[in-house]
Amino acid sequence: MTQEKDQPVLILGATSDIAKALAHEFARHGHPLQLASRNISDLERCKTDLEVRYKAVVTLHRFDILDITTHHQFFSALQPKPYYVICAVGLLGNQAEQEQDVQQAELVMRTNYMGPAIALEAAAQTLIQNSGATAIIGISSVAGDRGRAKNYYYGSAKAGFTQFLSGLRQKLSKTKVHVMTVKPGFVATRMTEGMVTPKSLTMQPEELATLVFQSLKKKRHVVYDWKWQIIMSIIKMIPEKIFKKLRF
Amino acid sequence: MSFPVIARGLGRSYGDSSLQPHQTIDMTAFDHMLSFDESSGLLEVEAGVTLKEVLETFVPRGWFPPVTPGTQYVTIGGMIATDVHGKNHHVAGSFGQHLVSIDVLVNGGTIITCNKETNADLFHATIGGMGLTGIILRASFHLIRVTSAYIHKETMVTSNLDETMNQFEASATWPYTVAWIDCLATGQDLGRSIFYRGEHAKIESLSANLRSTPLKVGKKSKLSIPVNFPQFVLNRWSVKMFNAFYYWRGRKSSGAGIVDYDSFFYPLDSIIGWNRMYGRKGFLQYQCVFPKVSSREGLIKVLNLVAEAGTGSFLTVLKLFGKQAGVLSFPMEGYTLAMDFPLSEKNLQLLESLDKLVAEYGGRLYLAKDARMPARFFKETYANVGLFNAARSTYRTSDKFTSLQSERLGL
Repeated sequence: MTQEKDQPVLILGATSDIAKALAHEFARHGHPLQLASRNISDLERCKTDLEVRYKAVVTLHRFDILDITTHHQFFSALQPKPYYVICAVGLLGNQAEQEQDVQQAELVMRTNYMGPAIALEAAAQTLIQNSGATAIIGISSVAGDRGRAKNYYYGSAKAGFTQFLSGLRQKLSKTKVHVMTVKPGFVATRMTEGMVTPKSLTMQPEELATLVFQSLKKKRHVVYDWKWQIIMSIIKMIPEKIFKKLRF
Repeated sequence: MSFPVIARGLGRSYGDSSLQPHQTIDMTAFDHMLSFDESSGLLEVEAGVTLKEVLETFVPRGWFPPVTPGTQYVTIGGMIATDVHGKNHHVAGSFGQHLVSIDVLVNGGTIITCNKETNADLFHATIGGMGLTGIILRASFHLIRVTSAYIHKETMVTSNLDETMNQFEASATWPYTVAWIDCLATGQDLGRSIFYRGEHAKIESLSANLRSTPLKVGKKSKLSIPVNFPQFVLNRWSVKMFNAFYYWRGRKSSGAGIVDYDSFFYPLDSIIGWNRMYGRKGFLQYQCVFPKVSSREGLIKVLNLVAEAGTGSFLTVLKLFGKQAGVLSFPMEGYTLAMDFPLSEKNLQLLESLDKLVAEYGGRLYLAKDARMPARFFKETYANVGLFNAARSTYRTSDKFTSLQSERLGL
């Protein structure tokens, strides 16, 4: 993909640790950034940081992933139009509580699937009007590859998001809009803080950001860390009869 | 009930100074750069920003930190708390002397901005204060201008301690000086060294291919030590061989040359997990300083004792310090010697004997490297403990901010 330095990158859910690392990666390569989040006052420090480090051009935009009726309007009002749209929104929450409390369950499903799907549909309709090559990048999760007892609300919502991206990619295959699905495993972020994760399978957000940037250059469709790709291909092959008895 | 707390950066102190079993605060997520003035070089950052990030951001733009320790894997907060020194201490002083202002969070959640004029007592106590005066949140300091990312380096061989010390005196106008001592050499050879001096290279002195991009340093491959070396690898003979080899190599490569800043300042950073060479038990660092008048005698005594013990240290580094500053800061005008020893009962005993020499000759130990010094020895050798404690009680930080080290030292 021919990436031009002046092509803006819009990041939805910009306060997440993965989003921050992605902002640094794209800013380091000279891209202007549009950081979108529900609470933009939290992003002021990040904006200054990116300006000091990379002399990046950064703008902040108020955006609520759950407020789905505003998404199309958000994109039509956005100036300048981005070339790359990254959705880094994610909420893991607490599975046990989600099983007891429908509101929490609903929040996880809306945050990880419904909101991102509606937003990226709106993004696609905006990007398609661009003259050059553009891309949509969705940060999904390996948790969406197979449902597990430990996090099936989060996992199923991510599965929905993964399939949405797959469909969108097929629809846009003849356009200049490239759709890339990123499926991280464990990443050392606030989401996994306090969890005991195997060190060799836990990525730093900066490593993931570099992987995303390089994969975008190569126009990859689905991006895994290679270790997780092996793990998930095995996990996906386990027959349901056995899988249901496993606990991990 | 309120628990004590200590802030922790990248955890590169060699001892227990960033450990507090009740609460230890990881400051590395507090890592935003806040402002940079292109004309004056004034940089303001949050305390969790690392030196590596400062270098990667500003060397390509022609700026360099005013003082740098021997690793880039430190946070700015950690550099202030330990008041780090570098190879340029004799001309530039320690890092704290370049601070314009710092913000410190003290007991009760108050954030105090301090500098040489305002809240000066807190400012001076926090520099080198090992995090015991509160949590350093933000700092501003001036970077220095450089025209290249390279160092003009000269390597010389000295055959004994007097020659080595003369070389420091003769090179006093060079910004960067340091010597590696063969700590197992005895008798006439005692104190024989490879002496290095350097300065930021001017563009004219670079080779033609570097001259087009003088501020850029290529990515280097890194060596990694993936496992702990077994205990038997390190013994009197291997250490002696290493020291002899290092000296021989230094002799071969003496002369002038151009090296990038990475290899000049951070040779060990290129070996990931170098500490594993010391095996599972790890090692102890011992860095002492002697006042200038007693340096020669003190160093001879120390080096003799270490050579006699024969347990030896791989990298023994000698450096001439400039003037003293700060309340609890380590540097004083004179010579500092840094050694590392594999952890063993025998070496712990050796260090106790070294303590006696250090006290006898009016020296002291570097808190950032200490893991075992006794409280009495500490209080005997750090004259400003009273002043430090006064500042701590003024800002009511005495009980709130403590580490395993401060508890051990009775601070």
